[in-house]
Formats: sequence, structure tokens, C-alpha cells
Amino acid sequence: MIEFKLPSLGADMDQGTLVEWKVKPGDSVTKGNVVAVVDTSKSAIDVESWHEGKVYELITQPGETVPVGAVMALLLEAGDTPETAEAWKRARAAPAFAPTISAPVPLLPPAAPDTRERVPTAAPDARARVSPAARKRANELNVNLAAVNGSGPDGAITLEDIERVATTTMTAPVSRMSEMRKTIGAAMARSKREIPHYYLATDIPLARATEWLAARNTQHSVTERILMAALLLKAVALALKRHPGLNGFYREGRFEPISAVHIGVAISLRQGGLIAPALHDCGGKNLDELMRDLADLVRRARAFTLRSSELSDPTITVTNLGDNGTDLVHGVIYPPQVAIIGFGGVRERPWIIDGAVRAAPVVTATLAADHRVSDGHLGALFLADLSRSLQAPDKL
Amino acid sequence: MQTTELRGHVYGILKSIAPETEPAELDATAPLRDQIDLDSMDYLNFIIGMHEKLHVEIPESDYQKLRSLDEIVRYLREKLPV
Repeated sequence: MIEFKLPSLGADMDQGTLVEWKVKPGDSVTKGNVVAVVDTSKSAIDVESWHEGKVYELITQPGETVPVGAVMALLLEAGDTPETAEAWKRARAAPAFAPTISAPVPLLPPAAPDTRERVPTAAPDARARVSPAARKRANELNVNLAAVNGSGPDGAITLEDIERVATTTMTAPVSRMSEMRKTIGAAMARSKREIPHYYLATDIPLARATEWLAARNTQHSVTERILMAALLLKAVALALKRHPGLNGFYREGRFEPISAVHIGVAISLRQGGLIAPALHDCGGKNLDELMRDLADLVRRARAFTLRSSELSDPTITVTNLGDNGTDLVHGVIYPPQVAIIGFGGVRERPWIIDGAVRAAPVVTATLAADHRVSDGHLGALFLADLSRSLQAPDKL
Repeated sequence: MQTTELRGHVYGILKSIAPETEPAELDATAPLRDQIDLDSMDYLNFIIGMHEKLHVEIPESDYQKLRSLDEIVRYLREKLPV
């Protein structure tokens, strides 16, 4: 018996609202399949399955808000029968089962779904489907999908429905923006309260990296062009492999190093706010793969189609604020991570090469790290390693 | 392609990348990145958008000629067959 639970999606998320199921009873799912779309204060998230099994029952109904850890569905494992599931349900039929924060429908549906009584609410058909374009627009306009009556086939919510609701409910008391600001604030307040940060910075010359990149990009079509950001991410991943004390989580009073480097890339959302989803296994990807995946991640973050693993997996964060002229970033660690790396802009600066002052492209890299886990000495070794890696761009 | 039509394409591509902007309301003679929030990924996507829509190859070394909307339209005009 597999309990499909709402996973934790980072330090700043403790509940989610089910938007829609992507599976129905009887469907087989494998690890990594998107099972449900859940709305959080930051974004709609595609929640993936961590298991292989067959969907037996969908417990949470669209429109319901449930806490992290709530059992949202039951999946049968190999060897399970419907009887196993029914026995499981009887054993768990306590009121605490699948606690809901707001429940438009009964918590534990009766055994025969066709006789189930819908609790009449102002909410529309909770099973309404939503087109991706409509969901994206709803996010942009801060429209709560649960409050939209779909006019499409089978009550599907269309782009027009979103526009209509948006124009009539522009006075929505709680916008996604203010919710996102609140969740970012809560995570950062926790960070500043609990994590004893130390801060280091170093200037890294990028003449070789810039030249190498320009030469490489002239040989490739515009669609295969690589940005400096990809080189920086790869160099960070390689340096972390050699200094694993900065990569992982601080949980329950101890540090858990993680061998894979899943860099949380800070992405600013156009309507304000930010999100830092994981670029998985940065150390194991070449620059072409890294660039392709980075472009895809940025696009999906802004279209609100991130996957749950991308929110729960980041082992460290990299923030790159140089594009608008900033030189230096003092990062705030995103708990339970233990470090954040910041890059300012790549700029021509006076630099001494072979005893003479020359103009050279330079970036200031910063590290903020958790003193409960490491000391400035390790941080300094890491930054020196990062700088060395960037002097040999062909090895990245 | 007429200049007006070309400008329409460029504005459409820009709007797809920065939906909150109204390209026609920007100062077409001033640097684009001073007026709207475009990071290097957005700018690359803008260049890719023009490449895919208009089939123009834009080398990185030409980026410095593509600062304002007027400069971009002029550049594309010269690159496209009449």
C-alpha cells in the first residue's frame, strides 16, 4: 500500500491546494510521473510520484487545501489488492486521516463514490479541468482557480473564464504576490534567526572564460549558444564536489551532506518575487546540457509548471544578480541548505596581469555559509577552487 | 518585408518574453535594457525568437549593434532579402 502524500516543497511551504489530478483510479504510475497539480503560495507545482503502483483511490478533491504530509491518494503496490486498500482505510479511519485545512467535500468519502453527496459550496465543479494557458493566466492575474466557473467542455476552465473573473474580482483581498512575499519573508526570517551566517567574497578574473565562450559561441547557431551563467554553475558544482561540506541540509541539529549537486537557481519572476528550483545534478552534466536545462527551468518557473522534486531537492542556491549592474550579492541561506553563492556582474576592471595593469572582465563571487556546519577556512578554499576552475573553461 | 511589418514581429517577440511591457510605448531610440527588465537569458531568448521567426543568423559579436528597438529593426532590415 502506498500513501501518496503532499511532499514538502521547501522551507517556505507547509500546505497546498489541489488544482487537479493528472491520474484516475486504475492508472499505473511510475517514479517521476506527474500525479497531481498543486497550487502553493509561490507557484502551481506538478507533483511527482516517488513510487511505482496503481492508483486505487483519490482522496483529496480539487479545491481542497491540505498540509504537507497529508495522504492525498492511495496507490496499490505489486501484490496489493483492493481488499488491502480497504483494510488500510479502516485502520486509518481516524479523524486525523488526511486532515484538510479547508474541506469543500467530506474528508473520507464513502465507499461507493457514485452515492457521494457533494457539499454545495460556491466553488465550481471541483473536478473542472484547466487548460495550461488558463492556469498561467490565472497565476499572472492572481485568480483563484477554485473560484472560477468553467464554461468549456465538461466545465473546463478556459482562458476567457480567467479573464472574465479577473475583471470582476480585481479587488481580491489576498493576491499571490502578497502571499509569495509572506512565504519568502517567513523563510528568510527563519534563516536570519537560526543560521549563523558568515560571508566571504573574492574577485575572479574571467578573461579566459569570456574568450573561450565567445570562440565557442561563434561556432554555434544562436539556439545552441551558451551563457556565462552555465559556466559559473558548472564551476560551482565541480568546486562543491571537492568541498562537500557546503552542499546538503542542516536538519534536526546535524548536517547531512548530499553527494549530488542540485543547484537551486534563483529565478526572478516577472510579476515580482522569486523562486529557486533545482537544476538537477549540475556536476554530471556538460555545458550544453546544463544550458539547455537552465533555459528550460527558467521558462517553466515563469510559466508556473515546476515539478515537486525541483522545489524539494536544491542542496545549495546560486543567485546571479549581475545582469542589472550589481557588483556584489550578500546572500541569505535558504534553509535547510547551508550555503548560498552569489555572482555580481561580469565587468571590465583594472586587473594586474604579468605586472602590468590591464582591463579584464572580472566577477565578484560571494559565499554565505552556515557556521554550524563549516568555517571561513573551508569557504575560502571553496572560493579559491571556484576561481581556479574558471581559469580552465575548456575543462568545465 | 516592410519595415512596419518587421517592427510588428520584433514587438511581438519582445512581448512574448516580457508580457508586462507595451513595446510600442517604449522609446525606440533608447537602449532597450535600460527600459525593461531583460536579463541575459531573456535577451538570448529575444535573439532566438528573431532567429526563428525571421530566419536571421545574429552572431554574438553583433549584440552591441542591437541596443535599441530602432537599431534592431534597422539591423534586421539590412540582413533580410528585399
